[in-house]
Amino acid sequence: MQNDIAVEVKNISKIYDSKVEALRDVSLAFPRGRLCTLLGPSGCGKTTLLKIIAGLIPANGGEVWVNGRKVDGPGPERAFVFQDFALLPWASVLRNVAFGLELRGMPPEERNEIARKHIAEVGLTGFEASYPNQLSGGMRQRVGLARALAVNADIILMDEPFSAIDEQTRRKFQEELLDLLKHHRKTVIFVTHSIEEAAYLSDQITLLSPRPGRVAKTIEPAIDHSRGPDAIRRDKHYLDTVDEIWQMLKQYVE
Amino acid sequence: MMLFGRKIPIVFSLAIWFGLWEIVGRSGFSSMIPPFSSVIETGIVVTQTDKFSAAAAISLRTFATGMVLAIAVGLPLGFLMARVAFAGRLLGMWVNIFVSAPISALVPLLMAVVGIGETTVVATVFLFAVFVIVLDTQVGVQHADRSLVEMARSFGARRSQIYAKVLILSALPEILAGLRLGAIRGVKGVVIGQLLVSIIGIGELFELYSKHFLMEEFWALVMIVFLFAFAISETLAALERKVEYYASSR
Repeated sequence: MQNDIAVEVKNISKIYDSKVEALRDVSLAFPRGRLCTLLGPSGCGKTTLLKIIAGLIPANGGEVWVNGRKVDGPGPERAFVFQDFALLPWASVLRNVAFGLELRGMPPEERNEIARKHIAEVGLTGFEASYPNQLSGGMRQRVGLARALAVNADIILMDEPFSAIDEQTRRKFQEELLDLLKHHRKTVIFVTHSIEEAAYLSDQITLLSPRPGRVAKTIEPAIDHSRGPDAIRRDKHYLDTVDEIWQMLKQYVE
Repeated sequence: MMLFGRKIPIVFSLAIWFGLWEIVGRSGFSSMIPPFSSVIETGIVVTQTDKFSAAAAISLRTFATGMVLAIAVGLPLGFLMARVAFAGRLLGMWVNIFVSAPISALVPLLMAVVGIGETTVVATVFLFAVFVIVLDTQVGVQHADRSLVEMARSFGARRSQIYAKVLILSALPEILAGLRLGAIRGVKGVVIGQLLVSIIGIGELFELYSKHFLMEEFWALVMIVFLFAFAISETLAALERKVEYYASSR
């Protein structure tokens, strides 16, 4: 059973500048091969929790276990997709996608070949030589996603990846993400403040309460993601899930 | 430049000023202002003399040495102050004082410490240039995209890789601006140093020409120094614009 848990956080707490309590005693398990969402209003510490899992910021208390090992820093089994894309503005799409491999010291030919494969996978073939400022927001995030896929991590951490992208592009992107994940057996931890996005994408949704962030509830919506985007959005379970989350979150919104 | 509603190339502005200068010079208004044409003629003659090439060689050498030292000290110090909060607090105030202080006032003091000679001039160039390089590097590194650093760390970058592959490139526009301003100040430093402290190089020529009222030679030298400073500044500015293009989406 232990083997089916990809990431587990135990009693995580985080206090910023010894004043602001961002997270209090958060314990959660993320099952392997599933897409799990951290959902909550702004200030609930969901991004903080994700970055603690990524090893980018230290927790004040508690432990992070990845693949059955306790970790306290970034590792090759986790890859991060950033809200603001975090692309190198002076590097081409190809170099950006290969950047994780470049840092690992992989020779250029080998890493560029891998990068090209993932550029094709996210639908950016033909843009290998473009620079980030020549791309739209949606395309930039495709580069961010390709970069995370290129390092072949089995856990992908996504921090509100679609929040800086317009609504139409976002829907398309969500559908493609589900499609992509069908072919890769990845564990995804996904942070969002969009209820619809969480309900549409997730196998498991964790609601966090704000200030300090605590686990309010964990839901496992019984939505069949293989049925296609339109069927999901009309699914009774999907609509019930959206409603259930909203009833829960309403109390935190002033 | 616009004139009578038409766009006029910027060279014409210079041409008008040089024309005015020529007229004032020929009118015999002041012996301090010889006609522009004779300044150019003299300039061509002067630059071919051994005395000039020797002076230019000394000046260029001291300028280059001072600048190399200023860059070698300024860049690492700027990085240190941006990355280590303690160093930033400790040195920030001093750098800010010195960047705006009239360094020329310190030059006579330098003479007393290092003695009279090329070393003093090198030290003057160094002091003129180093602080603005430190300050701009610090600002550039501080404003480097935090999320790029975070991204590099999340993909397992070592500290040296974060510097080489993210921070330096991210701060490059500000670093280049600092180098450009530093070089401009360095030119001032070399002239002031050579004038005030040790009468060598271009400074010696300035001194010689003004003492003997050789105004054609004097103005020719002024123009050469101006052109030199302008050429350095423009070269670095062109490089900056090239870099800005890639950094524009920060």
